[in-house]
Amino acid sequence: MSDELVDVPILTRVEGEGALTLRLRDGKLVDAQLRIYEPPRLFEALLRGRPLEDAPDITARICGICPVAYQMSAVHALEMALGVMISPEIRRLRRLLYCGEWIESHALHTHLLQAPDFFDAASGIELAQRFPEEVTRGLQLKKFGNRLLEMLGGRAIHPINVAVGGFHRWPPRAEWDALIPSFEWGLEAAQAAARWVATFPFPDFEQDYESVCVAGPGEYPFNEGDIAIGPSMTIPVAEYEQHFAERQVAHSTALQSVRLPAETAYLVGPLARINLQREHLRPVARRLADEIGFENPCRNPYRAIVARGLELVQAYEEALTILREGVPRGPSRISYTPRAGQGCAATEAPRGLLYHHYEVDDAGRLVSARIIPPTSQNQGQIENDLRAYATRQLLTTTRRDVIATGCERLVRSYDPCISCATHFLKVRWEDAV
Amino acid sequence: MSQRPRVAVAKFTSCDGCQLSLLDAEDDLLAVCERVELAHFAEASSDLQPGPYDVALVEGSITTEHDAERLRELRRQARYLVTIGACATSGGIQALRAWGDVGEWVEAVYPTPAFIDTLATSTPIAEHVLVDFELRGCPISAKQLVTVITALAEGRRPKLPSHSVCLDCKRRGTVCVVVAQGTACLGPVTQTGCGAICPAYNRGCYGCYGPMPQANGRRLVDQFQRLGHGADRLVPLLRNFNAAAPDFRRESERLEQAADGGAS
Ligand code: SF4
Ligand code: SF4
Repeated sequence: MSDELVDVPILTRVEGEGALTLRLRDGKLVDAQLRIYEPPRLFEALLRGRPLEDAPDITARICGICPVAYQMSAVHALEMALGVMISPEIRRLRRLLYCGEWIESHALHTHLLQAPDFFDAASGIELAQRFPEEVTRGLQLKKFGNRLLEMLGGRAIHPINVAVGGFHRWPPRAEWDALIPSFEWGLEAAQAAARWVATFPFPDFEQDYESVCVAGPGEYPFNEGDIAIGPSMTIPVAEYEQHFAERQVAHSTALQSVRLPAETAYLVGPLARINLQREHLRPVARRLADEIGFENPCRNPYRAIVARGLELVQAYEEALTILREGVPRGPSRISYTPRAGQGCAATEAPRGLLYHHYEVDDAGRLVSARIIPPTSQNQGQIENDLRAYATRQLLTTTRRDVIATGCERLVRSYDPCISCATHFLKVRWEDAV
Repeated sequence: MSQRPRVAVAKFTSCDGCQLSLLDAEDDLLAVCERVELAHFAEASSDLQPGPYDVALVEGSITTEHDAERLRELRRQARYLVTIGACATSGGIQALRAWGDVGEWVEAVYPTPAFIDTLATSTPIAEHVLVDFELRGCPISAKQLVTVITALAEGRRPKLPSHSVCLDCKRRGTVCVVVAQGTACLGPVTQTGCGAICPAYNRGCYGCYGPMPQANGRRLVDQFQRLGHGADRLVPLLRNFNAAAPDFRRESERLEQAADGGAS
């Protein structure tokens, strides 16, 4: 018997730190593991005892690339605990803020993180030598997402304007209006970008997925709604923990979310959203999906970049619609009196469903917090994909470096956010025996 | 540095927000890349080149023994070492473990705590190795980052302002939230760099750039207490992203002791 480990010691072009190990015996795959060595930051513990108003500022620091998702899930969950009903204007602005995050995150991932893989480039900067116009356009698309976040949130990373009950202040009218032309350009440019990524040379690899996403009330999943599990089942968010749980499974050293009761892996993120909710895309994005012949359901994980491209169009379209409706009116924040209670909410971070659950006491302090980020939900599925992919590759090649690169690209297509993975365990690695 | 200086970006315990600021400098990004060589930047490139480096930008705090060793190795490889952000300069939000029981925290979050390898502390980079320059903020400002990289690339020592957020409010013409609304705002003792955003958005500063040099936190806290703010609000205000910065730490502990003393 000969044992062999193929190691990708550091995953690049992802958020946070992780690594990948394939374990082989006599040339056959025994196991594939995504190892997360990001040290734990213990957010759920450090939130306890703090004023509930701190939750949006602190949970934002779980992840620098999707802080708005954390802020949105947190405020929605806490408002449920407090019985706060937000106004339609606050709701409209929250959607707009979320658009900014989807735009900057999707534009970054598609152009600088994932696209280089299809052209054997090491980085977006190297890719820019071959596709200067496309990469520059991508950076510009990203920049307007950041400008939107700055207008509404004060700054792009860890915005400061989000509060339980609404916003500290409405944005200034002049800055609001000034963004409209940028978003008109952006809606066009995003379509061009989506058409471009749709032409990439995708590896021929398909998997079966159970898709899970927020089911918005008659709209593309975003910042509120129930939870759709596959095409025919929808549950209220309050029942999330009856259908999903975090597990430590024998073959992995990391916590993974599983579907109950079967304990199976599932898929969250852009592919899951578009597979389940395509008909709710806005008209321009929907037409483009048809035009480029996006298959439904899409079962090729590498094509998540196309789903991301379509969602970039969706986010620009949604943002432009909201911007054209004009600056909001009325109170920017609904007041409340603290009371003891519990609340939960799920929103769609750019990379997938993000669930928060809080308990608060009658003095307005956090008693407990539970945060289940997208990456921990996707991790079981990523490992399933890796096993299937590596097993198949081993039939046609013995080049370990080729297999390792293919696996790394597969992981990257998920846009995993390892900083977010508050539930991953530090790995103690042992060689194959 | 006659050739293009070689820059490495390293990450320890953190949220990635500070290094993301470099990718957020969209207009400057490709230009910066012409002036410096991003030799090791795992978040942006798969081409990871070994040291030595001219400049190492370090994000995140030290929460494991292994990371402390990794940091010492990086220091050996780097001519200049610059910390970026509150995690690297003061321990970050994860430094709150100093006031908790890490063992108990780990048990509260993880079902199999034995697998968790983490220190009871979250320490800033300067507690482990010599730091040449500190860039503040949670997150840092992309503009300041470009200034620092450019200065180091040209062999100059970067100069950044160290006055308070308060002064920037005056410059912006923002109405003072302390005077007008009695809000507890850390602006008077917090170092500038953000552009004084929070008061402009009608809320108090929560100190994400950390204490300015010679901050008189004690006077400010006394004033907030006279305005009716209790320790239950002021302690968490001082204890967030720069909780372990000595000035904020001292004041939060003084408040806590006074509150405990008063209760007993
Ligand atoms: S200082 Fe703030 S933004 Fe920077 S890495 Fe730490 S938590 Fe993230
Ligand atoms: S005003 Fe204070 S809390 Fe707000 S961004 Fe500036 S330094 Fe950070």
